[in-house]
Amino acid sequence: MCATCGCSSAAVVRLFPASHEHEIGEHDSHEHPGHEHLGHEHERTVQLQQKVLAKNDRLAEANRDWLRQRGILAINLMSSPGAGKTTLLERTARDLGGQMAISVIEGDQAAALDATRIRAAGCRVVQINTGAGCHLDAEMVAEGLRVLDPPGGSVVVIENVGNLVCPALFDLGEQARVVLASVTEGADKPLKYPHMFRSADLVLVSKTDLLPYVDFDTRRHAADVRKTSPGALMLQLSATTGTGMPDWYDWLRRRILAPPE
Amino acid sequence: MHELAITESVVQAVTERLPDARITCVRLEIGALSGVVADSVRFCFDLVTEGTNLAGARLEIAEIAGRCHCRVCGRDFEPDGPIMICPCGSIEIAVLSGQELKIASVQAAA
Repeated sequence: MCATCGCSSAAVVRLFPASHEHEIGEHDSHEHPGHEHLGHEHERTVQLQQKVLAKNDRLAEANRDWLRQRGILAINLMSSPGAGKTTLLERTARDLGGQMAISVIEGDQAAALDATRIRAAGCRVVQINTGAGCHLDAEMVAEGLRVLDPPGGSVVVIENVGNLVCPALFDLGEQARVVLASVTEGADKPLKYPHMFRSADLVLVSKTDLLPYVDFDTRRHAADVRKTSPGALMLQLSATTGTGMPDWYDWLRRRILAPPE
Repeated sequence: MHELAITESVVQAVTERLPDARITCVRLEIGALSGVVADSVRFCFDLVTEGTNLAGARLEIAEIAGRCHCRVCGRDFEPDGPIMICPCGSIEIAVLSGQELKIASVQAAA
């Protein structure tokens, strides 16, 4: 955290393999002159009436414009840790490598383990380490996009920090939000983390190859997703066996062909 | 714990608008459906304002109740928690209030 102004966006963005590193929030001329407070002071009320996340929303809108101008589809992929986001992307990159240009912005608190995996699957990838942060924000993604420099007409998947709470609140400038829910997590997550599911355009139930071994009621899960997010599309898949993956690819293709205004 | 980032956004927004004023009070509106816990913001506030022109400021939070309108039966109701289901069982609802996450006003030493 910057000791002067309290801003804590100390996220590190690097192209993987590393060639460049930049710390967001590095202050060059970010000075806070001291204030002198002499004697008794009168107080005045200043009406602000502004959204707390106005700045993030503004930056997200700028990201969205930047992406739209280049015809790039950006997806904000969110889930709890271990739901299979990276495995899904590895398989997607390998299966669609010849048909679709996909690059990835990886968000994790620390390490570049996921970036290494995505890179090995043939994708261009940028790793953002959020440090103490529990989610990506629009400023980090702006820097990630700048470093990644994705080609026009391509797909950028932003793999958010594994967390079903905080990422829901932060618009990154994406065109679609995809929430991954693995059968090993249990079917109760939509009711326990409604903000996350409410914001989803697509809910992917993952690891369905493990359904015979876990107590996961797919019907109850679907009904609870419906309660929190009446408009979300739901698909089931297994990135291990490939079952259901074609539906996910069709969804991606549809989004590319018809980007929403 | 996104409330830390939320509280930092509050401080940043106020500092940008009033960089030279000493702020003595910050008034926020936080809705019950906003996904932000008012108590956590209170917890973070002193930590985040330290060393800024908001240091020592009082924090007042108006917590706005959630209100929804059911498109099926037509009634307005207060949802029981963040899952918005009408007592009639419908999920076809519109949120009337409770999603606020707003800086209403501040007191500045003149």
